[in-house]
Amino acid sequence: MRLRLSSFIRCAAWIAPLALVAACATPPSAVPRGTGDLGVVIERATGQVQIIETSGRSALARVSGLGDLSHASVVFSRDSRYAYVFGRDGGLTKVDLLTARIAGRVLQAGNSIGGAISQDGRILVAQNYVPGGIKAFDADTLELLAEVPATWGADGQRAKVVGLADLPGNRFVYSLFEAGEIRVTDLSDPKHPRTERYAAGKQPYDALVTPDGRYYIAGLFGEDGLSMLDLWRPQDGVRTILPGYGRGEQALPVYKMPHLRGWAIAGGRAYLPAIGRHEVLVVELGSWREVARIPVKSQPVFVMARPDGRQVWVNFAFPDNGWMQVIDTTEQRVIDSFQPGRAILHMEFTPKGEAVWISARDDNKVLVYDTARRAPLGELPAASPSGIFFTSRAFRTGF
Amino acid sequence: MFGRRYPHVVAAVLAGMLAQPAAADPAPPGGERQRALVHLVRQDCGSCHGLTLQGGLGPALLPGALRERPRAGLVATIIGGRPGTPMPPFRGLLAEAEAEWIVDQLLRGFPEDGGPLAAAPAQP
Repeated sequence: MRLRLSSFIRCAAWIAPLALVAACATPPSAVPRGTGDLGVVIERATGQVQIIETSGRSALARVSGLGDLSHASVVFSRDSRYAYVFGRDGGLTKVDLLTARIAGRVLQAGNSIGGAISQDGRILVAQNYVPGGIKAFDADTLELLAEVPATWGADGQRAKVVGLADLPGNRFVYSLFEAGEIRVTDLSDPKHPRTERYAAGKQPYDALVTPDGRYYIAGLFGEDGLSMLDLWRPQDGVRTILPGYGRGEQALPVYKMPHLRGWAIAGGRAYLPAIGRHEVLVVELGSWREVARIPVKSQPVFVMARPDGRQVWVNFAFPDNGWMQVIDTTEQRVIDSFQPGRAILHMEFTPKGEAVWISARDDNKVLVYDTARRAPLGELPAASPSGIFFTSRAFRTGF
Repeated sequence: MFGRRYPHVVAAVLAGMLAQPAAADPAPPGGERQRALVHLVRQDCGSCHGLTLQGGLGPALLPGALRERPRAGLVATIIGGRPGTPMPPFRGLLAEAEAEWIVDQLLRGFPEDGGPLAAAPAQP
């Protein structure tokens, strides 16, 4: 409680002079402001989000009542005013970043893992574990538009959906963990979704689409390699890339599954976490030639390129989750290793990458680092912070 | 391919990685260690099983979901992992008596997280 109170006071102290959204009482702002430097920090233990701004590096407000945020992810409306927060418990909450109010909320599943927003910004799609499948919602009203169950096999069981991403044409691509399949659902006519299925590798656990929307790459837990679908030539089917990267060696235990997203792409290459090996795998897009394997501290979780692609930042699974390493992409090697705090769960770069925000769950802090010098610029109190999401995601395919 | 993940033997390297290395002591864990274990289960096991333990990529660990399963099998799953699934072995990170204590708490209804232990001195 002490922490929450102090952060409340800190929050309120920032707000008052700025005459912005008030911390927890939140009357609407009288002063116009843009949203391009806003973001949200998930406070997962308390089911709250903080609204932050990255220009002055401050907290603006806190919004409560979002349910179980133990695995929360966020997408933004195309005007970057609203954050759509997908909670573990199936809650989908639309948060108005300017008024710090909940603008809509539905409980859409029993167990959910995240979501995506369509190219035109009108359709939200949730990816669900229970019941396994995707659901589409009107981004304005949160009205249910369509449900596509992830049914597979002879008995009609439903698979957990992972690795959902938006594609051009209001299509969405995702993978089925138990079924080893990649599916593409076309929601251009949301009342009549059309789905195509592609056989993929064993146990896809997450996936990414490249920023141009062309290549979909699914990480596999059940085999050495990744499944790649060229969405410009889907008729070619799924191809295995980096086959046998484990070289038949015994895999090390994985205490947290890595996360994949378009941030893996830098300079025409993908930087991918190996599973069960303490390496970052570097592969050239298109030729799928292995460029390098970069030894790192432990099992990588987030392998995230700075927006300019010059650096790739890596955090790690328990029990090495206090570490962070930085790869130089011209040299394909680690140039910095440091321990910014306890239980580093996530990081997010500012839109042009001069700074990175890092959540240190067990220190109850969000840390801001200068990416060129790897030096701390400041910190904000946050209760058990996990995901950090900036509005610049609104304009990126696959985010 | 399927059984490649998680052999029962974990590299000995892992043993030294926890702030409080697991002891061979058969006694149940004491107060501070219990708090660390509750935090570990809620937060780190929670990344697959959910903070509320209602399940995620991994199955639910609520009492109703576990009641039918033999206690020894649950302890063995924690210590040895489940080959062919994402469940990793915690041998080297948790002592047998600690895994037993965790299973007993899970069967009873797991305690709420009291937060992490106090911060260790900062390392350069």
